[in-house]
Amino acid sequence: MSKKTKIQMSKVYKSFGSNDVLKGVNLEVDEGESMVIIGGSGSGKSVMLKCIIGLIHADNGIIKVDDQDILQMSTKQIEAVNKKVGMLFQGGALFDSLSVWENITFGLRAQGNLSKSDAIDIAQAKLKAVGLRGETAFLLPAELSGGMQKRVALARAIAANPDIIFFDEPTTGLDPIMADVINELIVECVKDLGATAITITHDMASVRKIADKVAMIHEGKIIWTGTVKRMENSGNDHVDQFIHGRSNGPIQMVA
Amino acid sequence: MSNQADRNFLANIGAAFLTFLEAVGRFSAFTGAALSHCLRPPIYFKQLIKQMIDIGFYSLPVVALTTAFSGMVLALQSYTGFARFSAEGAVANVVALSITRELAPVLAGLMVAGRIGASMAAEIGTMRVTEQIDALTTLSTNPLKYLVVPRIIAGLIMMPLLVLVGDVIGIFGGFVVGVYKLGFNAGTYIQNTVDFLEPLDIISGLVKAGAFGFIVTIMGCYHGYYSKRGAQGVGVATTNAVVSASILILIFNYLITELFFSV
Repeated sequence: MSKKTKIQMSKVYKSFGSNDVLKGVNLEVDEGESMVIIGGSGSGKSVMLKCIIGLIHADNGIIKVDDQDILQMSTKQIEAVNKKVGMLFQGGALFDSLSVWENITFGLRAQGNLSKSDAIDIAQAKLKAVGLRGETAFLLPAELSGGMQKRVALARAIAANPDIIFFDEPTTGLDPIMADVINELIVECVKDLGATAITITHDMASVRKIADKVAMIHEGKIIWTGTVKRMENSGNDHVDQFIHGRSNGPIQMVA
Repeated sequence: MSNQADRNFLANIGAAFLTFLEAVGRFSAFTGAALSHCLRPPIYFKQLIKQMIDIGFYSLPVVALTTAFSGMVLALQSYTGFARFSAEGAVANVVALSITRELAPVLAGLMVAGRIGASMAAEIGTMRVTEQIDALTTLSTNPLKYLVVPRIIAGLIMMPLLVLVGDVIGIFGGFVVGVYKLGFNAGTYIQNTVDFLEPLDIISGLVKAGAFGFIVTIMGCYHGYYSKRGAQGVGVATTNAVVSASILILIFNYLITELFFSV
């Protein structure tokens, strides 16, 4: 039984001045699937993700979320789509002037009336879901360690029970154990919500833990897509070089 | 060879011109969008109050000090000048006019540009760099509405109030020097001030203050919003916000003066 396509990108182009970042990206993500996009620094991973939520407006192509083309939408319509989307930013991007509970329930409170005590209750429930204690709700982001900030950011991303979640390099800057904890939380949260997830990363441990499918982006194009199992023996030189982290191969890093 | 050099030279001028036009276009679009959001609900009142306190209340000491000393030095200097043709009586008049029409709005504007413009550019710039502005968008919140609109409205409201306080303090500074140092009669000094001061003097100063409040906040927000990556990017944004706001304040000070001059 084939699943419904949740997100579809076809021939998506984006350049900044003379710098062509996306050169015809094609990607399909099925409903409930966890897609991980791998690729080197500067390959266009982040730009691609931001095009899907309309933070960056693609120059050309089709980006469909639930069969509706983002590029043809008004700002208002994109805002409506974004209500179904949660995003975990690379550095957490917590609002540093707001307490943890205000951060977690920020989107919910922006969407409708929510009393302070209800908001705190929801925030504390989400904190428990990411393995933090309820009292954390009243701290400021600056009072938390890096790993805790990531967890709070994850709690914020899942607070509105989104159907689509984006993870932008979720394990960057964390020690290997904390990275594994975050990976496990991501797997759990995505499963609990039944959400469709797109993760961009270059952490192979993370890929093996959270991916159903993997796509590799290189020089602004998706050059390979497949399951994690197939990735290990992909027969694709680029993928091979990347997953084994070799400096010699078809991908040349400009120093 | 020289042909090539010529072409490079022209290309550089062309590129610089294009960059300039792009910046003008981006700034106009930003200002237009921000202003249109000012008129459409929702307004984030909690943010607005916070900004009003920051701009109005916490700038009071700086503005009070600058205007007080300006009024004081103005009394001394104009006394020296007027004594040369026995017109010492005009001191109160000159102090009141200069403070309300010129010095209070311009000095308060420049002080607030340094204090508030810089902190807005740094704060919003840091939010840009750490993706907090993108995060706002993904959390169903328009960053222009949440970050920029409250700052602009607060600037428009609080700058005139600050300048009004500055007017009083500046005139009082002149009064103190006039009475305690230059030996004016207190009653006469106050009488002179009140007699010569017209509503338009004060109003023109407050109109200027409103314009400067807008300039400072829009410059702080714009430069922060389009801040480049990294600590250096935020630093550049902060500098640009203060410098551009200060220059615009001086230019618009002249333009608004001319506008009122012909009335």
